[in-house]
Amino acid sequence: MKNAIVLIVLAVVLAGLVALPWVAPYFYIFLGTEVLILGLFAASFNLVFGYSGMLSFGHAAFYGIGAYATALILLHLEWPFLACLVVAMGAGALLALVIGFLSVRLDEVYFAMLTLAFGMMVFAVAHQWRSVTNGSDGIAGFMLGDFAPGIDWSLGDPAVYYHVVLGVVVVAAAVLYLICRSSFGLILRAIRQNPERVSFCGLDVRRYRLAAFTVAGAFAGLSGALMAPFLRVASPEMLHWSMSAEPVLMSILGGTGYFLGPFFGAAVFVLLESWITGFTDAWMLVLGVMLALMVMFFRRGVLGTLLDWVQGNHD
Amino acid sequence: MTDTTTTNESGPVLQIRDLSRRFGGVAAVSGIDLDVAPRETVAIIGPNGAGKTTLYNMVSGRLKPTTGTLTFEGRDITGLAPHRISRLGVSRSFQINNIFTEMTVRENVEVALTALHGWGKRWFNVATRAKPLQDEADTLLERLSLSELAHKRAGTISYGDKRLLEIAVVLATRPRLVLLDEPTAGMTPQETKRVTALIKSLAESGDYTFLITEHDMDVVFGVADRILVMHRGEALVVGTPAEVRDHPEVRRAYLGEEDEEDAEETAS
Repeated sequence: MKNAIVLIVLAVVLAGLVALPWVAPYFYIFLGTEVLILGLFAASFNLVFGYSGMLSFGHAAFYGIGAYATALILLHLEWPFLACLVVAMGAGALLALVIGFLSVRLDEVYFAMLTLAFGMMVFAVAHQWRSVTNGSDGIAGFMLGDFAPGIDWSLGDPAVYYHVVLGVVVVAAAVLYLICRSSFGLILRAIRQNPERVSFCGLDVRRYRLAAFTVAGAFAGLSGALMAPFLRVASPEMLHWSMSAEPVLMSILGGTGYFLGPFFGAAVFVLLESWITGFTDAWMLVLGVMLALMVMFFRRGVLGTLLDWVQGNHD
Repeated sequence: MTDTTTTNESGPVLQIRDLSRRFGGVAAVSGIDLDVAPRETVAIIGPNGAGKTTLYNMVSGRLKPTTGTLTFEGRDITGLAPHRISRLGVSRSFQINNIFTEMTVRENVEVALTALHGWGKRWFNVATRAKPLQDEADTLLERLSLSELAHKRAGTISYGDKRLLEIAVVLATRPRLVLLDEPTAGMTPQETKRVTALIKSLAESGDYTFLITEHDMDVVFGVADRILVMHRGEALVVGTPAEVRDHPEVRRAYLGEEDEEDAEETAS
């Protein structure tokens, strides 16, 4: 019964998302694209944060490397977009494997600081290595060609690109969801609650943490790969430490205890930003107040609080 | 794997040799020797600060010994990481409940079972739908009479049930050597009886070798084949319950206060 309701709600939301370009103002196609991409970015982060209990402050590194990989491939090799997505995932995973290998041995604030430090190093590389990354200007002027060899969907059309993003994000989210529901996901949740007990059960906690970090890096790379063509540039800002804060805020805003929480948080974040900046410059102040309220009174996030409220009404 | 177990079938399951651990200048455990035979239940007793938990921490890999060796089924396990020792077949419980409070009772057991079945094979199985894993968890919960609580959040069940769940998690890793750290601590007399009976039945099943620390002397003398008495980090006596009960030094150092009536009876 409960599962049926969840499925129906999901189907309605999905149908709404598919229909969006035909029913909403043109402007919302861009907002929708941004929400989906940042939602995937935040969801990949939440695998590390909400599920495994590690607060990473360097998640933008994987998002950024995905964006740069895509921009570079489109600019120099002109491969189909699908190939860019695959390479970006691999690049994100590889970078996460290296950074994770050096970071997961530390806990709590030390882990956060180390990931922040590595994130800054990656930013510095993108910023300084001008011959490859074009410095602070970033890589622009690349063109989207076919989606896959022989499949030309005219990706330059914002509505088409929105639908491609929607498709990729839905598939990626489904895979992430299965990972979270798997035995592997169960162990991650156990590690968040009590890492020592997990190791006394015979599991190598570090290895699980590293695996989660790497998988998260792959999906962050994918979200970066979707973002670069949308922004038409891969710039160092995408690697900046403030970009690493965004998935943290979105996850907390939406609810870290729910798989869809980060997507929800991304939607609230992007939509509110666009509405509020329409009549005041104080967007950051409003966001700050909201976050403070969330952390103080609504720990379960917007989605969690909504679900509690809906369930409360049924009882 | 197989040959170590078969060749050591008759030898001791656990061999502790000259085991010591110092914290700064203080010797928490010094020069402990102990052989634990297969299917034996050895209780470790001693006043608080005698070094029982430190000894456990070394056997289970939480602490590295300062000197000495630990051999499990003929294999040197001195200083190995906890997850390696656990995977070889040594599992421990904790004095303070150490379970996954936000998960259901069954999920707690499933975590340990997932560990048992290897991280490669069942990695991407959807845990809540892996039927064999669930069945195994249910069987174990039934054995500990926790079936009714399977879908309750572990943090919400009673203290005694949490202690039992702690034992369930320990058993789920299918250990051959089980270390129980004060399994009845803080329990009501009824709960203590339930746990004592459980340990006895598990010991009689012949599947496990037990090492138990316990403050409740009724439990100790009820389940132990042999008792190691520790005092200030050293082994005072090792022997059968009867030997330990009658040992003059033990009476003075440890049992003295608790068994004063018995002592007077014997003296008179």
